Amino acid sequence: MTSRGVTGRAMPLDQSFVGRTYPPTAPYEVGREKIREFATAVRDLNPAYLDPEAAKALGHPDVIAPPTFPVIIAIPAAYQAVEDPEFGLGKSWVVHGDQRFVYQRPMRAGDRIECVVKVEAIKSIAGSDMITLVSDLRTVEGEQVCTAYGLFVVRPDTSGAADAESVGTAESTAEAKAGES
Amino acid sequence: MPRYESLAVGDELPSQTFPVNRTDLVRYAGAAGDFNPIHWNERFAVQVGLPNVIAHGMFTMAQAVRVVTDWVGDPGAVVEYGVRFTKPVVVPDDGVGASIEVFGKIAALLEDNKVRVDLTAMSAGQKVLGRAIAVVRVP
Repeated sequence: MTSRGVTGRAMPLDQSFVGRTYPPTAPYEVGREKIREFATAVRDLNPAYLDPEAAKALGHPDVIAPPTFPVIIAIPAAYQAVEDPEFGLGKSWVVHGDQRFVYQRPMRAGDRIECVVKVEAIKSIAGSDMITLVSDLRTVEGEQVCTAYGLFVVRPDTSGAADAESVGTAESTAEAKAGES
Repeated sequence: MPRYESLAVGDELPSQTFPVNRTDLVRYAGAAGDFNPIHWNERFAVQVGLPNVIAHGMFTMAQAVRVVTDWVGDPGAVVEYGVRFTKPVVVPDDGVGASIEVFGKIAALLEDNKVRVDLTAMSAGQKVLGRAIAVVRVP
């Protein structure tokens, strides 16, 4: 991944975007069956995710969601920033550098969650911009449930990746690094 | 469930090995809504410079925390969890797939019965997560 397309972004990201906050997302209704689907997909069959009675025995009002479940809400919300035309990421290749959740309580079936995304920091290291986004996940009643911190690394080089299948942005891990070595 | 007063820094949690194959990645893509082709399309993955299809970082993150949630029993006891994605989990289409081996160790006993667990996740001999830390509250 050494070539640099002419469409690649040349300028570092605008620091004035630090602090920008996006409007709350439309409420996401957390359902028992979606939790079951997600838990099954990560092969984690903890009864607290699947059985309301088991969850109640642990003191939860209903089945709870696995710790990484909030990503279903946080990542699409983060794309508001990533795809913000004023931000100017264009077709840059975006990789997920790190992720952290702080939980006020477990997310659970019946929650209606809205998410407010804020640009916390922008750094430029070795030609890559790194954006830290903070996502506040709370119920429509205003109860704070979880705060998600995501670091996204923006690579100016699309290397044809975006052209190949119209993937404007891409979540993943350190694959771009792997690809460059 | 482990009890706070019985724990000590350096205690190891039961380690676990989690298999991951292509079907898992397709199922996760659907459940999480992440259809990036690097997680299911080998042609595409190779084209962008990867050795093969790789697991979603968030899939690996979900596996690693199970060492903590299976240990405490109640996943709702996790109050904080973070990882850095350092190396990809490469998942070949060879009928076997890959595996992720996860180790946990108590790194600190915190206030309010909270315990910090440092996690190590390995796949194909490489550390795939960095700074993987969970904080969990125990009775």
